[in-house]
Amino acid sequence: MQQQITLEIFRYNPDDKEGPAYKKYEVPFRKDWVILDALNHIKDRIDGTLSFRWSCRMGICGSCGMKVNGNPVLTCASFLEKLAPGPIRIEPLEYFPVIRDLVINMDDFMDNLKKVRSWIIHEKDDNLDEEYLQTPDQLSDYKQYSMCINCMLCYSACPVYGLEPGFMGPAVIALAQRYNMDSRDDGNKLRMDIMNAEGGIWHCTFVGDCSAVCPKNVDPAGAIQRYKLEGARAWWTRWLLPWGKE
Amino acid sequence: MKHQFEPFWWSWFSAGGTLSALVLPVVMMIFGISVPFGWIDDPEYDKLKSLIAPVSSRILIFICISLSLLHWAHRFRFTLYDGLQLQHLNRSLAILCYGSAILISLFAGYVLWNF
Amino acid sequence: MTIFWWTRKKSYLRFILRELTSLAVAFFTIEMIFLFWSLKEGPDVYHEFMEFLRSPVLVFLNLSAMAGLLFHSITWFNLSAKAIVVKIGKARIPGKLVASVNYIAWIIISAVIVWILY
Repeated sequence: MQQQITLEIFRYNPDDKEGPAYKKYEVPFRKDWVILDALNHIKDRIDGTLSFRWSCRMGICGSCGMKVNGNPVLTCASFLEKLAPGPIRIEPLEYFPVIRDLVINMDDFMDNLKKVRSWIIHEKDDNLDEEYLQTPDQLSDYKQYSMCINCMLCYSACPVYGLEPGFMGPAVIALAQRYNMDSRDDGNKLRMDIMNAEGGIWHCTFVGDCSAVCPKNVDPAGAIQRYKLEGARAWWTRWLLPWGKE
Repeated sequence: MKHQFEPFWWSWFSAGGTLSALVLPVVMMIFGISVPFGWIDDPEYDKLKSLIAPVSSRILIFICISLSLLHWAHRFRFTLYDGLQLQHLNRSLAILCYGSAILISLFAGYVLWNF
Repeated sequence: MTIFWWTRKKSYLRFILRELTSLAVAFFTIEMIFLFWSLKEGPDVYHEFMEFLRSPVLVFLNLSAMAGLLFHSITWFNLSAKAIVVKIGKARIPGKLVASVNYIAWIIISAVIVWILY
């Protein structure tokens, strides 16, 4: 078995005069190591200037997403062994501005998350004394979409997000669906107006790669197509039946 | 509102996609492949003519044709839009694609009307 | 993004091929319009058109279009199962079952068309 494996890491420091470059690092090749372990090894033992985000090491915090050999993955869940013999190329997530090395700027995503009102909206004022009950069946309607960990791998997989400035992208649309389908939520109509506007669902051409890379099986592509079906139904109701409710 | 009519076109795209996926392959298999290769005989003229002559068949055929064309128009518009990165031509692409689908449908309507 | 972004990944290439099947749909639809036109014009024109379909160029185009149409049907049936959520009682029907309903409908409709024509 090989002793070492090479990592080609994208390096960029905004304070340096030189532009971005790939730098090679040799790390021990261990069966039980994931990419994130190798990155931490580099940071601790070889080059302390390497910057990257990580937190939980167990696929739930959603902060260690990077492009590995061109594919967006959670680095805490990608074993070196699967990528042997190397070299392994590690880059920041695609389509996001790079702050430094493997750290991206996610402001656009955070803004969109707010824009789609990814929280429960009540038509009436919240009554804090009242409980909002929900059955397991009602929960199962949206549970899949609520598994999203905001890791943004789906953005990095979506060519439309790269091509169309303003497109909100897969995860936030799936999250809008997560709240639409929640029995306690009344924000459906409000979100539909947002989704029909510039940047919304109609940019999506169902490439489907977002669902392929999702580590939590959220299936954002499916969520968006369901949204389109609902949007089309609302459109025809509005135009054919002037008295119709959407 | 740039996206006001997207749901409208998308509806035709979907309906046409379903219809063309269900109907076209078998018709192509007959007229485009089996008949030219001589695996089966040409459908008889009189039989074919009498099958299509009733108004109901002609309406059905017209629906298949126009929806398939609208399906093409919407899909091809986005193929050009994203595939060739012609975002700045959005309006012209829409007019070109939907316009030609509608014109060809009108021609089909003319042929079937005077059948 | 480069204009050849769709060559970067297998799934993107598959996507662009799927989208280009719309050309096969349009091509064949126009061919059918001319078939109806030839039927309208009378038996001679109809037979002439059927001869035209036997020319090598048309056979080649039709074979390519057939591949496109089949790819369109298969991808359409599989993907529409993702957009359509059917529930029986409280449980969501698995996508594979929805897709198989699509395929069954495809077979039945194809058989009916063959039966009507022959």
